[in-house]
Amino acid sequence: MIAAYLVLLIPLVGILYFALSGHKTDTGKLNIKFNGMCLLATIWLAVNVLNQGTILSSGKFFLIDPFNVYLIVLTAFVGFTTSIFSSPYMAHEKEVGKLSDQRLKLYYSMFQGFMLAMYLVLTTNNMGIMWVAMEGATLATVLLVSLYRTPESIEAAWKYFILCGVGIAQALFGTILLYYAAVQIGDGENALLWSVLYENADKLNPEILEIAFVFLLIGYGTKIGLVPLHNWLPDAHSEGPTPMSAVLSGLLLNDALYAVVRNKMLVDDATDSNMAGYLMMGFGLLSFLVAAVLLHRQKDIKRLFSYSSIEHMGLMTFAFGIGGPLATFAALLHMTVHSLTKSAIFVTVGHAAQLAGTQKIDQIRGLIKTQPRIGWGLLIGTIAIAGFPPFGVFTSEFLVLLATMHSYPWLAPFLLLGIGIAFAGLFRHIQPMVYGNKPEGQQAIKANLWPVIIHLALVLWLGLAIPGFLANWFSQATLLISGSTPL
Amino acid sequence: MGDQLMNWLIAILQTMLFVALSPLLAGWLKCCKCRLQNRKAPSIFQTYRDLLKLTHKQPVVSDQASWLFVLAPYIIFSATVLAATVVPLITVDLPTSASADVIVLVGFFAFARFFLALAGLDIGTAFGGMGSSREMTISSLAEPAMLMAIFTLTMTASTTNLSFAIAHVLNEGLVLRPSFVFALSALILVAVAETGRIPVDNPATHLELTMIHEAMILEYSGRHLALIEWASQLKLMLYGVLIANIFFPWGIAETFSLQDLAYGLLAIIGKLALLAFFLAIAETFVAKMRLFRVQEYLSFAYLLGLLGMLSHIILEASR
Amino acid sequence: MNIEQLDFYTQAILSMAALVGLTSFLMLGQGRLLRLIFVFALQGFLLTLTTALAAYSLDNPHLYISAVLTLVLKVIFIPWMLRKEVLRMKMHRDNEALENNTFVMLGGASLMVFSYYVLHPIVQSSSVVMLNALAVSLSVMLLGMLLMISHRQAIAHVVGFMSIENGLFFAAIVATNGMPMVVELGVAFDVLVAAVLFGIFFLHIRSSIDSLDVDMLNRLHEVDK
Repeated sequence: MIAAYLVLLIPLVGILYFALSGHKTDTGKLNIKFNGMCLLATIWLAVNVLNQGTILSSGKFFLIDPFNVYLIVLTAFVGFTTSIFSSPYMAHEKEVGKLSDQRLKLYYSMFQGFMLAMYLVLTTNNMGIMWVAMEGATLATVLLVSLYRTPESIEAAWKYFILCGVGIAQALFGTILLYYAAVQIGDGENALLWSVLYENADKLNPEILEIAFVFLLIGYGTKIGLVPLHNWLPDAHSEGPTPMSAVLSGLLLNDALYAVVRNKMLVDDATDSNMAGYLMMGFGLLSFLVAAVLLHRQKDIKRLFSYSSIEHMGLMTFAFGIGGPLATFAALLHMTVHSLTKSAIFVTVGHAAQLAGTQKIDQIRGLIKTQPRIGWGLLIGTIAIAGFPPFGVFTSEFLVLLATMHSYPWLAPFLLLGIGIAFAGLFRHIQPMVYGNKPEGQQAIKANLWPVIIHLALVLWLGLAIPGFLANWFSQATLLISGSTPL
Repeated sequence: MGDQLMNWLIAILQTMLFVALSPLLAGWLKCCKCRLQNRKAPSIFQTYRDLLKLTHKQPVVSDQASWLFVLAPYIIFSATVLAATVVPLITVDLPTSASADVIVLVGFFAFARFFLALAGLDIGTAFGGMGSSREMTISSLAEPAMLMAIFTLTMTASTTNLSFAIAHVLNEGLVLRPSFVFALSALILVAVAETGRIPVDNPATHLELTMIHEAMILEYSGRHLALIEWASQLKLMLYGVLIANIFFPWGIAETFSLQDLAYGLLAIIGKLALLAFFLAIAETFVAKMRLFRVQEYLSFAYLLGLLGMLSHIILEASR
Repeated sequence: MNIEQLDFYTQAILSMAALVGLTSFLMLGQGRLLRLIFVFALQGFLLTLTTALAAYSLDNPHLYISAVLTLVLKVIFIPWMLRKEVLRMKMHRDNEALENNTFVMLGGASLMVFSYYVLHPIVQSSSVVMLNALAVSLSVMLLGMLLMISHRQAIAHVVGFMSIENGLFFAAIVATNGMPMVVELGVAFDVLVAAVLFGIFFLHIRSSIDSLDVDMLNRLHEVDK
């Protein structure tokens, strides 16, 4: 349990330290250290959970089970590698005069604030606190989206704030309804605890829970970026600093989906119908297809990949909606590989944009000729995210397809169509960017591509062979969510 | 038989009380307003003296005026007095109020207003016509709002008879009804508009651009003017009593014993004094609004009335 | 069950629900910012009253804390902040011409009906009173959104945003007698931070587009033109 407290304590110290001490040249390095320590703590926590099973803290305030512990480790890992990337990146932004020391101070302390909110969403046992932390994550990142203070970034941040704020209010209404259903059967103060709710899920009033789930899905779905509630997402991703885009895409969306899945587990137990699953499938498929089509119309490289995020989140929502062990397993795997690949892509995209001095796709040319590592990184990342074998995304998409064929064969063509469209959309933009002649005066820059290499290597590994302990881990989580194991 | 006679006597007495007390209410209102505006207040009996003064003066009637102009003040006054017989002042369950219900009450008001507007048009001056047209515009908007508010009450009490309705509210004890909150607000807004108070009309001004009620009676003088003034004071009191007795009926006499009647009288005087005081405060704080905004104001009153009705149906009805 | 058979607390809650719903409609049709803020504060005050009433009748002392929090945040701090901003931007005499006001009002009414429709299944398991309270709070939320859609001023958006919170809060108080204390404190903290952030945002929006009219925030599109 100490490990769980450590996971929360380290970012908290980070916020306070960065906020109180002024910005120094080594703050970026210190940020890496904080995230590194956090990663170690989460690994310790994960080992504990794998050995002992689900841990419930003494005050019942925290609950760590196989499902969330794997997301905690993923969060810490992506946070760690992103901080490695962000240190030279932000230093470069300062050099070119886009940011001041004051802003960097804000950036680093809010980076830690965001991590804290993410960990709290994942570890808490209280559905209310989960909401509070989710809203906290928005509040922490909203000022980071407008970090550059350009009119566009302020507009993006305002949209992000208003849309997510309004959206997540629906989730609170859903949570209140959930609580309302829960107090009818149990004691007030503990009624919102997930462990209590889950035990008594079959006694909860199904009508109220169905209504509650609609609100919860709309609320957290705004954060996932489900169409038609996705409008904030490309704006926030494209206008904020790139490390922020990486963690938003790789972590925030996952955690919102995590919240939905937790609630779905309750609703599934309380009702006989598969209403929650159908809703998720519908929204997921819609997001998947719409985002795939919209990929073709993008002119900004970061917007391009944020639509790709919407597409993949849609796919995961769809897979969780199908529900069986195979689909759930696939969704968990997809969550992991998408997080890793997408944050790697955003890291390379960040460097590419710094290299070309713009985010406009038209003006980014000849990356391989200028700086081969960045060019190849972007190309390989795109190949991975588009779902080519032998990368992990292929495996997980294949499994989702398999599960769909099994349960709803008539939906499989839609999936294939979406994958095809998205693939074409990505490559028509990426190909001229990485190949071709380099524009006059384009110079190589200082770039740290280790995070990209590590992430892509992991994704490749997951595509070739899922290691035994990881497969075991996923199947424990799948058991928890869907009630049986796929293996 | 003796009982019957007694009831009728009390009814007539109550109506006379209405007529007699209404200038006092207007005087008290004026007095409060003066104090609030840091002016020296006239005596609260000044209104009686004014009425008396007017009756002593010879009425001047334009040679363009028809018989309608001379007759109108008497019709208006008697219609208003008849309206006063319907409204329970100090006691419920009187034969007069049993014979006519709240829709008749609204009818009496409309009747009086109709003749007032005709009289305004009769002379053919510009102001009279303007005032009449404005008055009719406002009343056409105010009347539905008032009816809506009153229907909320009648639906709750399941009767359109004011006396029974008040008795119903009284017997029920303290029940907090959302619909009554809305209906009360609607009725207050309508009352302000109908009695020509700020912010809809200003009884103290003769500024041609803004006046409504005063424009219609501009040509009247002497005892005619006295009657019309008295009728409008009576109308103010009628609305005050409606609001006070429907929504806060406590204190009104339910039997005809002398003690109950005395208490009833004291209660209504207290309630009216308080209401007039609040009205004076409101008139001091609020500025008169442009004529074209009056329709917004009244449609808001209507909205409130409608909401009262809806919340009665939705929130309070049995299921 | 007729209203006169209910206890006084329930009657009061119903009245409060009706009034809170009314304030939402008032905000919807309000073109002047200062009045909008005033009505918003009024709504906050009604919420405070409701909470205090619930605390008193249910003998639940932790609701008093919520009541005080609401009073401080929603009745004093946020309206004060917004008012200051309006005065600083010299917008207190502006009267925003609301387009399609009639349609917005009708839309608001249909949203209220919609709330009743959505929540109707709840009647089976609980009282009509609960349905009314929840439906009113849902419609306060939806009306808050409609307010944000129909007004162009950033300040009106903040008022809409906060009135959505009010609706949520009302639901929490009435339906479940308040959420657990930790959650309630957390939510209040979020609201506070959001309010402060809005203040910072006004500064940024003003310095970048020199106005608080959100129609000017129109540079980003779904597909680039």
